[in-house]
Amino acid sequence: MSREEMQALQLKKLKDLVTYVYSNVEFYKKKFDAAGVKPSDIKTLKDISKLPFTTKDEMRETYPYGLLACDPEALKEIHTSSGTTGTPVVAGYTENDRTLWKEVMGRCLAMAGGDEHDVVQNAYGYGMFTGGLGVHYGAEAIGASVLPISSGNTKRQLNFMKDFKSTILTCTPSYSLFMAEVAKEMGMDFREFNLRAGIFGAEPWSDNMRIEIEKKLNLKAYDIYGLTEIIGPGVSCECEAQNGLHINEDYFYPEIINPETGEVLPEGEKGELVFTTLSREGTPIIRYRTRDITWLFRDNCSCGRSTVKMHRLLGRNDDMMILRGVNVFPSQIENVLMRIEETEPHYQIVIDRSTSSLDHVELHVEVEESFFSDETKNLEKIRDMIHEEMKQALGISLDIKLVEPKSIERSMGKAKRVIDKRDIKGEA
Amino acid sequence: MKVKQISVFLENTTGRLAEVTRVLGTGNINLRAISIADTADFGILRLIVDTPEKTMELLKKAGFTAKITEVIGVLVNDKPGGLMKIMDIFNKEGVNIEYLYSSLINEEGDAVIIFRVEDIDHGLGIVEKAGLKAISAF
Repeated sequence: MSREEMQALQLKKLKDLVTYVYSNVEFYKKKFDAAGVKPSDIKTLKDISKLPFTTKDEMRETYPYGLLACDPEALKEIHTSSGTTGTPVVAGYTENDRTLWKEVMGRCLAMAGGDEHDVVQNAYGYGMFTGGLGVHYGAEAIGASVLPISSGNTKRQLNFMKDFKSTILTCTPSYSLFMAEVAKEMGMDFREFNLRAGIFGAEPWSDNMRIEIEKKLNLKAYDIYGLTEIIGPGVSCECEAQNGLHINEDYFYPEIINPETGEVLPEGEKGELVFTTLSREGTPIIRYRTRDITWLFRDNCSCGRSTVKMHRLLGRNDDMMILRGVNVFPSQIENVLMRIEETEPHYQIVIDRSTSSLDHVELHVEVEESFFSDETKNLEKIRDMIHEEMKQALGISLDIKLVEPKSIERSMGKAKRVIDKRDIKGEA
Repeated sequence: MKVKQISVFLENTTGRLAEVTRVLGTGNINLRAISIADTADFGILRLIVDTPEKTMELLKKAGFTAKITEVIGVLVNDKPGGLMKIMDIFNKEGVNIEYLYSSLINEEGDAVIIFRVEDIDHGLGIVEKAGLKAISAF
């Protein structure tokens, strides 16, 4: 498809979308009216900048069905975001949406060279999280065999990987390295497996990590991007060139904006990634601010695809941390510490990936007089309690380190809560 | 008679202990006994000093987390079997000892053993009943 044809398609879809949401979603009608923009104002693709943004907060505030554009009965599937900050974000899929999802995710698998000869070991979590089922539909689309194994039970993963001769592994990049560690303990050698591709996403990772994964798992590692708000996995994926992720731009219209001013930036400039779902029926989203920082570019890709590319993510525009694939907000940690009677929310998070490629997350908690004891076992008890409470609340295990009061740097205004030593920015 | 012990929380990093001794030294505090309990991540410094209240004030001003705990100080002769005698008694009475440490207190060869037990009054009663000398300061 030529550039002109793509733009014509995008414009047609955009016009239809704007008309559709204006007449079907009260939320959008109000926002458009407040911004003084009518569906008929969209005459060119550039006119999209007249439309107001949609934020994650708005998606939460409208829970559960405030953004629904169709009859609830038309929904064939419902997912929610993995966000753990309380109210989830809802994604509703009509039959057409699910077909669309299958299509875009199938393309992603195809970008990684997948076809009907492949056995896809899908170790993304199945459930409300979009990762598991999204990848599953994609594997169906390309006619591959699927092992819907979900995440966890690593020994079984490895045994099945060997016995069923899995050729494509899909999971978070850090989980793949954990598998490599377990395989080593079990005396297994990836060179004896049939894996040839890994499609990894749901958390940021670096080129160094890619090199390590490719070496340890003896496969080619592809970066995939997606988010529940837009569809789930399948928004964009790397091809064999491993140089940027091709965006399925006929379904998801990307923009890069200046996060401060909201101004649209030209291709090649770094900023916040914004998506508009051009064809969704259930929960269509207009100009969703992903808070992910990257840039868009086009090249004559060796794979022959002409779709626009996004550079792998450079970071995030807010304070959300992605730790081992789980979204964690500092406010959650604060809440737990406040809930524990003995502790005060004086803490700092140190994230490191230098020792192994798994995120090592240390939570530094100041020792208060209220729980300080002359006996080590009492302090250890508190430490273990914090560990357990955090695990319950966040879903991941943090190393708890008790530190002296005031040893955590106090800054004026906003406290510096997170020390991220991970090098995930790659060559950028 | 109980002894006032000061515990100080220390991170396992270079210079923390030096900092405590600097605070005590410049504050003119005399250390009578000292011990450290350490774990992989942190340590607890335990001190017997001549002026516990003043020491607490200085440590807090310097930003340390510290607290006063009462412990039992038992005077023993610095001879083989000195500690054994007390341990035998505690053992017979079923007293659980959390930790202990010792200090020589004079040139005559007297030593003091500092005991931290679960129930300090109970422990002290046993010590006194056995005719041992518990001290409050040294």
